[in-house]
Order: sequence, then C-alpha cells, then structure tokens
Amino acid sequence: MKVLVPVKRVVDYNVKIRVKADGTGVETANVKMSMNPFDEIAVEEAVRLKEAGKASEIIVVSVGPAASQETLRTALAMGADRGVLVQTEAETQPLAVAKVLKALVDKEGPTLVILGKQAIDDDCNQTGQMLAALLGWPQGTFASKVVPGEGTVTVTREIDGGLETVELKLPAVVTADLRLNEPRYASLPNIMKAKKKPIDTVAPDALGVDVAPRLTTLKVAEPPKRKAGVKVADVAALVDKLKNEARVI
Amino acid sequence: MAILVIADHDNAALKPATLNAVAAAQKIGSDIHLLVAGQGAQGVAEAAAKVAGVSKVLLADDAAYKHHLPENVAPLVVGLAKGYGHVLAAATSEGKNLLPRVAALLDVAQISDILSVESADTFTRPIYAGNVIATVQSADPIKVVTVRTTAFEAAPAEGGSAPVETLAASAPSGKSTFVSQELTKSERPELTQAKIVVSGGRGMQSGENFKLLEALADTLGAAVGASRAAVDAGFVPNDYQVGQTGKIVAPELYIAVGISGAIQHLAGMKDSKVIVAINKDEEAPIFQVADYGLVADLFKAVPELTAELDKGR
Ligand SMILES: Cc1cc2nc3c(=O)[nH]c(=O)nc-3n(C[C@H](O)[C@H](O)[C@H](O)COP(=O)(O)OP(=O)(O)OC[C@H]3O[C@@H](n4cnc5c(N)ncnc54)[C@H](O)[C@@H]3O)c2cc1C
Ligand SMILES: Nc1ncnc2c1ncn2[C@@H]1O[C@H](COP(=O)(O)O)[C@@H](O)[C@H]1O
Repeated sequence: MKVLVPVKRVVDYNVKIRVKADGTGVETANVKMSMNPFDEIAVEEAVRLKEAGKASEIIVVSVGPAASQETLRTALAMGADRGVLVQTEAETQPLAVAKVLKALVDKEGPTLVILGKQAIDDDCNQTGQMLAALLGWPQGTFASKVVPGEGTVTVTREIDGGLETVELKLPAVVTADLRLNEPRYASLPNIMKAKKKPIDTVAPDALGVDVAPRLTTLKVAEPPKRKAGVKVADVAALVDKLKNEARVI
Repeated sequence: MAILVIADHDNAALKPATLNAVAAAQKIGSDIHLLVAGQGAQGVAEAAAKVAGVSKVLLADDAAYKHHLPENVAPLVVGLAKGYGHVLAAATSEGKNLLPRVAALLDVAQISDILSVESADTFTRPIYAGNVIATVQSADPIKVVTVRTTAFEAAPAEGGSAPVETLAASAPSGKSTFVSQELTKSERPELTQAKIVVSGGRGMQSGENFKLLEALADTLGAAVGASRAAVDAGFVPNDYQVGQTGKIVAPELYIAVGISGAIQHLAGMKDSKVIVAINKDEEAPIFQVADYGLVADLFKAVPELTAELDKGR
C-alpha cells in the first residue's frame, strides 16, 4: 500500500518566538526552521511500515513556500520515496491544507495518510480530522500505536483518560502523537541519496483548490509575562509562604 | 442564532469540561442547546438539563454513539448545525477529535482552543505553545470552536431546567469500530479539574519514585501530572502529560518537581495561580515563572514537604 505523509515546515521548537513590533505576525526572518516534530514521527512510522514490508511507497507532501523543499528533503533522507511541494506563499490554514491533500489523495491513491497530530506553530490540531472528513475516511487521531491488518488498521489513541483502541477500515487517516515512535536521524549517505529523489512542484490552482484563508488574524500579541517570584531557603519557608502569603494550602 | 454545545460525557456522567464550554457559549449569546450523543445517556441528559444557562438539551441515544466515534457523531452534528450560528465543544481529546471533522463537512474553518470571545465572530487563541496570542476573525456562516477550559469559569451545574428533546439516530458509518479502552484509574482528583497539581519530570528518575509525589499529592488532595520527558520514559501514563501537546491546567497551586521548565511544558501550566518549583539546578528556566522556588534535591525536599504538611493536619 502507498502511504502519504504531509509534512509542514515550522519554526524550530527550540526557537524563542518573537512577535513583530507591529503586531502583524511572528518574526520568521533568520529564524531556524524545521520539520514539525509530529511530522517527523509520522514519517518515521511510514518508513517503519515500509521496512516491515507493509508499505510499498511513501509520498511526502508539503504545502508552503519554496523553502519547504528542505523539509521534503529531510523526509526523503529519513526514507520517504518522493516528494510533492504544493507551492504557495499564502498562510496555510488547516481547511485549505486538507483540501489540497484531498486532491493529492484522489490523484495518488494512498491507502493510508499519516499526519502529525498538531503543527507546533498554529497549534490547530485539525488537518488530519478535516482530511478524513473530506475523504469520507475513518480517522485514528493522536496515535501511539498503528498496526495494519487485512483491509484494516488498528490504532491505539492517547485520550484524556488514558488509551483507546479503534479498528478502522482502510483507507484511513492517522495522526501521530509523541509516543508513536522515536524518529531517526538521517545518516549522511541517506542525505546524499535523498538529493536524487524526485520532488514535484505544483500550484494549489492546478489542483483546483482555493487556499485563501478563512480566518483573518487581526493581531498577535505576547501574553502577559509572569514575573519570577522568590527563592525560599528551605521546606519550612516554603510551607510558611504557601500558608500565610499565597494562602493556597 | 442559537449556539450548539457538544457535551463531553462518558454515558454515565457529564464531564465538567462541558460547563466551561457552556460558559464560553454564554459570552456569545443566550440561546444555548446542549447535545448529548451517547448510549444509555439519559442520566447525562438530565444532568445537562440542570446546567444554568442551557435552554434545550438534545439527546441522541443510540448504539452508534456509544463510543463517540467521530465517523458516527460528526454527521449527526452536521445535520443539526445548519440551524446554529456556533458549534462549540471543550478542547478535550473528544472535542479535538470531533470538531475539525464537523467543520470540514460544513466547509468552514475550525477555531481551536479559544481563550476569549471578543465578539460573535472574533476570538483569541494561543499559538506557538502559548507564546503568542492571536486575535482571529471568522467570515464563515457557522463558527465551529473548541474552548480552552481553563480560560472560562465553569457555568453552574445546577439551576437550569431545560427541556430534553430526543433525536433520531443516523446509521453508523461502519468504517470504524471501538475495540477497547484502558483508562488510568485514580482516586485522586482529575488533573484538569484539581485545585492543586503536583507534577514530576525527568528528575524523578523512575516510576517508582513517583510514589514520593503521590504521597505529597494525597496530603494536599492534589492531582499528579508530569512532563513529557517523564511520560516518554514510561514513569507515568500518557494522560499525565501537562503541556502544549498534553493537558492544560490552571490550578490554584502547581508544584513542579524535577522539571526544567521547557516552553512546551510552561504552555500547559503557566496560568496556574501559584507556581512552586523544586529543582536542584538554580538556573532551571522553571524558576523564571515560579512564585516560590526551592533549589534542592527533590529526594530530600519532597518527603520533607510531605512530612511538614502532615504535621499541620
Ligand atoms: C513537539 C513537542 C511537543 C512537546 N510537548 C510537551 C508537553 O506537552 N509537555 C512537556 O512537558 N514537554 C513537552 N515537550 C518536551 C519539552 O521540550 C521538554 O523536553 C520536556 O518538558 C522536558 O521535561 P523535564 O523538564 O522533565 O526534563 P529535563 O528538561 O531533563 O529536566 C529535568 C530537571 O530535573 C532536575 N533534576 C534532576 N534531578 C533532580 C533532583 N534530584 N532534584 C531536583 N531536581 C532534579 C534537573 O535540574 C532538570 O531541570 C515537547 C517537545 C516537543 C518537541
Ligand atoms: N502546510 C502544510 N503542509 C503539509 N502538511 C501540513 C501543513 N499544515 C498541516 N499539515 C499536516 O497536518 C498536521 C496537523 O496540523 P494542524 O492541523 O495545523 O495542527 C501537521 O502535523 C501536518 O502533518
């Protein structure tokens, strides 16, 4: 079976985020960008399925500016077979991305789509669920275990109370949570090999998708800063503060 | 137009997060309908009818809704949604699973995790692990919204007397089936509802050592949480994780033990009223948000703290 993995280029999770002075957005010039960490997990899962002989081909897709090529290269170096860049300068909101992905799914015919559960820039946690809806496929979100069977996939999900296991008829959409696997680092030879793997570039228009944002960001701002408090000398002092100053115990 | 709120429940009881979602709905308008989709959920519907501010309860009681599979519940909500200006749910694992599916079927955007209602079409929400607050406006005819529960004080669970209307069920999709659930059992308060939370990180070194935190938590009547590192290492189950991609908590008192204070962790707890950090590294970033910091070895400090508190009882 073919597996499709959407990967987003985001500000690296270690970067200290700064709001632009005019409140229109977040500073991204000269900021380290990386593959969304959940998408690394999704790619890793697909590569493991291929190594286990369960997946035949892994197609990685990114929707974004030309520089998203780098993100696709990283995924190719991890073991994906080919990439598709859906190139746009527009802000990519989940519904638009889901529509782009649906168009690609219709074209490529994968049996499984594995996304990250959440992009760490917009923190939306929507795209996989939306894609599943548009395709009329079942969804296994927040997956910590994915076991393909005969015409089905069994997904263990991280839910608020613990874990839940569901069985989905294939084709299906899965979104990766943190405990699904530990993504590998691409080795140097694999990085070299990845340079020769194909990446197609298409425009959203060519897929018949309007990616215009539905939500307008009126402004962005930093949240109120929390002030550092005091250091206490010992446990007795701590208990005293909690009882007599903060009055929380 | 009326507002539809999807109730979070386990067929036996209405989950408190629903009350926060109702509170958010009240900031938008006053005609609030609560949908209870489940099986054998009559009792939940009765509880829902008592929630202050709810004007009608819709009960869809059928085997198809027993496990809240989004493949089955989304079409039900979509069928109802046309009559509403807003569809809301708490940003719990159920709300997050269901609402984007509903939104896509309605061809509208979904707005995740709102912190405030600025007007009927404008909301604030956190992005970049809560380091940035965005104000977003929706042009869509139906606003599909998940609500950060800690940002809205719960609507009273009693005081209402809404009528309960029963809905016909739609056929199950047949594309997904529930297999099993493994719920973490605990006598302690639920993490997102607790007044006091004691969380442990990698510094705890093992699951066994979490007993130290459990003893402290029991003295305080607190819930136990954890950092991602502690969950990844297998010290505690996944549902203990507090943070950007785990649970969001805002208790009266949050005690972080052996947690460094990565932004992804802070995202889940920095709205707590009082923060205490116990860490042996005085440079740990957690001290930058802690009201009270104790630089100490946790293996000494935590038992001492438990003993000191026990003394007072
Ligand atoms: C996509 C993504 C999502 C993430 N989501 C989350 C999330 O939701 N929640 C979350 O928590 N993290 C999340 N993280 C991980 C986060 O970046 C940090 O790696 C994690 O929070 C670190 O956990 P920690 O503080 O327990 O461990 P460490 O950073 O290793 O800190 C351990 C601390 O324990 C202290 N310590 C050690 N021994 C002792 C002792 N004997 N006494 C006292 N102190 C001691 C040390 O000084 C240190 O400060 C995420 C990361 C990514 C990439
Ligand atoms: N622009 C994009 N390009 C490729 N994949 C994306 C894009 N946006 C979101 N995704 C996928 O959808 C997941 C969830 O994103 P979100 O719904 O924005 O939190 C991500 O982890 C990616 O797998």
